[in-house]
Amino acid sequence: MWALATRLGLRSWLGWRRGFTSKADPQGSGRVTAEVIEHLERLALVDFGSQEAVARLEKAIAFADRLRAVDTDGVEPMESVLEDRCLYLRSDSVVEGNCAEELLQNAHQVVEEYFVAPPGNISLPKQDEQEPFSDN
Amino acid sequence: MAAPMLRWWCLGRRWVLACIDGGSRHGRGAAIGFTSSRKRGQTSVAQQPLITSQKSRKGEHEWAAVVGLEIHAQISSNSKLFSGSRVHFAAPPNSLVSFFDASLPGTLPVLNRRCVEAAVMTGLALNCRINKKSLFDRKHYFYADLPAGYQITQQRLPIAVNGSLAYSVCVGKKPSRVITKTVRIKQIQLEQDSGKSLHDELRSQTLIDLNRAGVGLLEVVLEPDMSCGEEAATAVRELQLILQALGTSRANMAEGQLRVDANVSVHHPGEPLGVRTEVKNLNSAKFLAKAIDSEIERQIHELENGREILNETRSFDYKLGCTMPMRDKEGKQDYRFMPEPNLPPLLLYDTESLPPGADPQQVINIDWIRERLPELPSETRERLIQQYGILPEHSFALLNEVGLLEFFQNVIKETRAEPKKVTSWVLNIFLGFLKQQNLAVNESPVTPSALAELLNLLDRKAISSTAAKQVFEELWRSEGKTPSQIVSEKQLELMQDQEALERACHTVMEGHPQVVMDVKRGNPRAINKLIGLVRKATLSRADPTAIKEILERKLSP
Repeated sequence: MWALATRLGLRSWLGWRRGFTSKADPQGSGRVTAEVIEHLERLALVDFGSQEAVARLEKAIAFADRLRAVDTDGVEPMESVLEDRCLYLRSDSVVEGNCAEELLQNAHQVVEEYFVAPPGNISLPKQDEQEPFSDN
Repeated sequence: MAAPMLRWWCLGRRWVLACIDGGSRHGRGAAIGFTSSRKRGQTSVAQQPLITSQKSRKGEHEWAAVVGLEIHAQISSNSKLFSGSRVHFAAPPNSLVSFFDASLPGTLPVLNRRCVEAAVMTGLALNCRINKKSLFDRKHYFYADLPAGYQITQQRLPIAVNGSLAYSVCVGKKPSRVITKTVRIKQIQLEQDSGKSLHDELRSQTLIDLNRAGVGLLEVVLEPDMSCGEEAATAVRELQLILQALGTSRANMAEGQLRVDANVSVHHPGEPLGVRTEVKNLNSAKFLAKAIDSEIERQIHELENGREILNETRSFDYKLGCTMPMRDKEGKQDYRFMPEPNLPPLLLYDTESLPPGADPQQVINIDWIRERLPELPSETRERLIQQYGILPEHSFALLNEVGLLEFFQNVIKETRAEPKKVTSWVLNIFLGFLKQQNLAVNESPVTPSALAELLNLLDRKAISSTAAKQVFEELWRSEGKTPSQIVSEKQLELMQDQEALERACHTVMEGHPQVVMDVKRGNPRAINKLIGLVRKATLSRADPTAIKEILERKLSP
């Protein structure tokens, strides 16, 4: 599910990017630059970790690119496999909640029934500060 | 301050009333840069207040500001948008949180019917096109108060689009005219609220309360059709009144039920739009206009000093009275929008397209909702003007205070006095007393019946208007007494005895022959002196108009 989400997000994002670069490179060389990897790692907090992972990503993109072989002119895109399902409407009544104790048990640190978080987002270190890729 | 005024904004912080009609502009208290603007006539950009810079000695630069708004209104519902936990303002931390709100694995969103109805009602009230099919998306960003790491919103295909919001601005001094302005509404969408972060600087940590996480929000996006802080504030106020009239949101800014973000840019008229900044943390009606105007001022100042405006997010600092950059985000935010995989498209129907035999709980009929829309503020104002013949600005003022309209209508019901008289008493005297002691209408010690009785006495000419004001003061101070009681206690009744009045006039005239001569010689103000003397003689219990009539009769040859 998470992998699917990443791929879906990645696909739409790369499609946007490619829209700008594809004029020079209509087929797409399939190479994913280090800059793109770094950007993705920050956005999704996914650690590619190795050159092999990047290669796997490029293969996945090439695999998905075969969709372009299909002519979809004039066809409504499908946003969801659930598109024929009925969206269930719940009536507006209070049936949940009141489980603060249970929820707070999951927390690493708690102060008086509040969850504790660091003050703001912690930035990722810049790429040069990171561990270089190992080759496997 | 009930009627909002459109103003010229000058960098010297001198507020000037502008008359935007025909081409003449006049201002009082001209500042340095101002005289030049008076010579410049109306510009081709319709009804946009222009800001003249202080440097206009070197060459006039007129700036036009462009303001767009993103307004988040918390939907007034019992439970949250996608879960069954309670929506309530004050509760012990994390007590109104379900497993879905805490983003525990294995939970799924279930859409709340009431929230959809609220969105449709609001869309219809704002003249939007309701999309019969709308979609939910995920907007990803990392923050501690967003446990899932994404917010479910409606970015691609929102529930309502292309509407308009009309608001009125009072222009010029007496007679002040009311101009109606419209701002286009780009879209209205349903989305989730995030939790609340409490920053603990001392211990360098943030405390998270998820009670608010998952509450339904209506995001109303207003196109950049506004040109100053005052216009933006008026539009927000009107939206607030509409939401409250519909019952879709309590829209109380102080309680965080209505939050506004502004997109501000400046440019020279006729040139392309400038770089815009986003101003967040506008949570008070009072500071909304101020914040936007201070950002406009800052941008003009920067551009005139040769610097550039960065496309950034700024926050309004109430104490400093200006905007500050927020903690820097890493470049432009990429929210990685994707369709929400757990929710099918939201389908709405109208009477024609309603599938037969459908479960009424599971379908929403737009026409059914449209038929049941309550009276909107603009309709109420119009009705008041038609029904009672009051002025538009009074109509505004009556709707501007919570409970004032109801008070007014209750007084009207029980009194024989003219609506104009009632309006004047309610808006000037009653409201004045309330404001002085900072009370709400429902905290008033004077009831509508008491005021109605007082106005009846006044109408019957049983007391003078000065006496009526005294009675009102007494009513305010000591509850439980009726106006009639106070009148008899303080002996404020007007003299009804015509003969006694005639005698009093006669006595005064005898006693002041010089003044009588003045009147006969044609001095118009001398008669007022006589009236004053008679009033003193009768201990202010005589009606001045009656006195004047008697004196004039006696003095005519």
